[in-house]
Amino acid sequence: MTHQPTRNNLQLGPNGQLHHLLTIDGLSREMLTSILDAAEGFISVSERSVKKVPLCRGKVVTNLFFENSTRTRTTFELAAKRLSADVLSLNVNASSTVKGETLLDTLRNLEAMHCDMFIVRHADSGAAHFIAQHAAPHVSVINAGDGRHSHPTQGLLDMFTIRRHKGRFEELRVAIVGDVLHSRVARSEILALNTLGAAEVRVIAPRTLLPNGVESLGVRVFHNLEAGIRDCDVVMMLRLQRERMRGALLPSEHEYYQLFGLTEERLAAAKPDAIVMHPGPINRGVEMDSRVADGPRSVILQQVSYGIAVRMAAISMCLGPSHLPAPQHDDSRYH
Amino acid sequence: MTADTISLLGGRLIDPANGVDRVCDLHLATGRVAAIGPPPRGFAPKRIIDAAGRILCPGLIDLSARLREPGQEHKATIASETRAAASGGITSLCFPPDTNPVNDTPAVTELIRRKAKASAQCRVLPLGALTQGLQGEQLSEMAALKKAGCIAMSDGQRPMPNTLVLRRALEYSATFDLPVCLFAEDPWLRDQGCAHEGQVCARLGLPGIPEAAETVALARSLALATHTGARIHFHSLSSGASALMLAQARSQGLRVTADVAIHQLHLTEMDLEGFDSRCHVIPPLRTLGDREALRRAVAEGTIGAICSDHQPHEEDAKAAPFPSTAPGISGLETLLPLTLKLVEEKVLSLSEAIARLTIGPARILGIPHGQLAVGAPADIAIFDPQACWILEEGAMLSHGHNTPFLGWELCGRVTHTLVGGRLVFQRP
Repeated sequence: MTHQPTRNNLQLGPNGQLHHLLTIDGLSREMLTSILDAAEGFISVSERSVKKVPLCRGKVVTNLFFENSTRTRTTFELAAKRLSADVLSLNVNASSTVKGETLLDTLRNLEAMHCDMFIVRHADSGAAHFIAQHAAPHVSVINAGDGRHSHPTQGLLDMFTIRRHKGRFEELRVAIVGDVLHSRVARSEILALNTLGAAEVRVIAPRTLLPNGVESLGVRVFHNLEAGIRDCDVVMMLRLQRERMRGALLPSEHEYYQLFGLTEERLAAAKPDAIVMHPGPINRGVEMDSRVADGPRSVILQQVSYGIAVRMAAISMCLGPSHLPAPQHDDSRYH
Repeated sequence: MTADTISLLGGRLIDPANGVDRVCDLHLATGRVAAIGPPPRGFAPKRIIDAAGRILCPGLIDLSARLREPGQEHKATIASETRAAASGGITSLCFPPDTNPVNDTPAVTELIRRKAKASAQCRVLPLGALTQGLQGEQLSEMAALKKAGCIAMSDGQRPMPNTLVLRRALEYSATFDLPVCLFAEDPWLRDQGCAHEGQVCARLGLPGIPEAAETVALARSLALATHTGARIHFHSLSSGASALMLAQARSQGLRVTADVAIHQLHLTEMDLEGFDSRCHVIPPLRTLGDREALRRAVAEGTIGAICSDHQPHEEDAKAAPFPSTAPGISGLETLLPLTLKLVEEKVLSLSEAIARLTIGPARILGIPHGQLAVGAPADIAIFDPQACWILEEGAMLSHGHNTPFLGWELCGRVTHTLVGGRLVFQRP
């Protein structure tokens, strides 16, 4: 019907290697597994007294955050530094876009500083794709969250955490609880779990917080928390933004917690060895009870520290030795 | 505008309004059709156009084309866009009132008419604002706008939140027998949406526009059409459910009509894959089922006109992440070939296809164009149905190159366009 090239290959270089990491969509099981395997190797780096490897020495990585973030930006920054890259962190919200500079102008200016990688967060779905399509060919782009679309490193670090605890994906029943509609994390998790062969992926939420057509993503839909987490191996909670009350999506935090808040009593419906995850930051008493968040089943803080290893894997694979060689710089550009 | 005496020889004349489809000569004088077949006695044409192997049809009438002038000349101008229209066989186009300033006073209508007279290559039919400033609050001076040359009333794509204002606007316009063009969209259900709320949207995480945003607004307007008896034309339907509602309303005798943008008959939500901002349109591209239902509605005549919904943009307007791009497609130059593609795909007969671009929109507007009986205005498109080409950006005449059809192979190339017997376009 249409005559345009398929865009899923945008992420892969000519030899099938990872060039950009924009979404889990279109990445093979082998690719996801190789990122997780690489992350496994980086875990030990963080445990050494000298927490650095020289893999990306001489590379310039730019954090380009058009939306506020502390955790994600910091872990990306740490990951790049542990790979010995030079890191530039720009909070673009506060600088150029306010002055009316377009996204493309910002991009061109940074390219002129010879950056090798952009790590991008933006409020618009598709922003990372847009930047990858317009960046110079030697520049890699990692999506650190675009609108409601995708947050692939979060999805991957969640898979890493699950694999560390559960070993394999084939037998696993996983429940994702909360605001799937607005969640790039949920979309990445659903895609990753299905690609890695999880037995069943469930979503649990009131209908106002589920996208129309959510079943087509490969999930089973529940509106009751206990029924939804019954016999699950993994329970992944999503953050509920306070502004959802204003959009008439929910009556109150109170009612949400009554119906969908994870408590120890409710968690009993899941398997006895089920783990509880959350991408952070947690709204205690809204999504979950503190006793669950801080309890023995919670792996929430492990997610954060694994996040560094997974992001090191993503950065080094995109910039790695099999990466497209950087073009020869023309000296005349410096005069 | 001087019109020569012209003879168009040996072409295949297709004039659906008069049931004509045969090879014959056509003779034009004083801007009108003087004779079909043998020339009138003593006819001495100043110009002869050999139309052998080509199709002659009434000039196309486009129910919605934004020309961006006045106010957004960085996107396009009346001169640039009417030139593009003429090259696509379009001889009349309706110009929505959402210019800057808004066309809600006779002075602005007069300004547009004067600019069109000076530079337009086809007829420019201004639509007057239904409410002042398109704000949906106070009625515009419709009688004065009609007198100044507005052919119908419309608030463009702006919402009309207050149902009472809509009722009054319909009643008042009906007083002067002015058709009202409405865009069916409930602003609250639209919200911040930019793509059809469905499977593709769920995966891409784009804010969705549910089908109900259209059907709810349509149902409200149809109820008011029953109540007021007003003539309502619905611009740019996008859903199969809307087409069914419209068919039912028409079967009950309501004076309601509709058009569809040509891109809705070829593209679907699937074309948004990869966040292709050239496919960002309002109303959004919906499902394959919707596309099929819209095609059927066009074939059955429930939807009586196909329009370009031309919205030219400068490059920057599309150079941003999908939700932040300006919606719209530059469509004047692809209206005819993409409609002919529906003939190739056996959706429409050739005569039906031409009817939806000519007599269909003419009847909706109540104008004498769109047909070529003796005495009719000599607005004529001549095209070579066999000529095929690949649509390329550099070859476009519109200042807007924003079209997802770049790279498509198109067939049916306009060779000559005449407006009121005057040759306004001839392919070199």
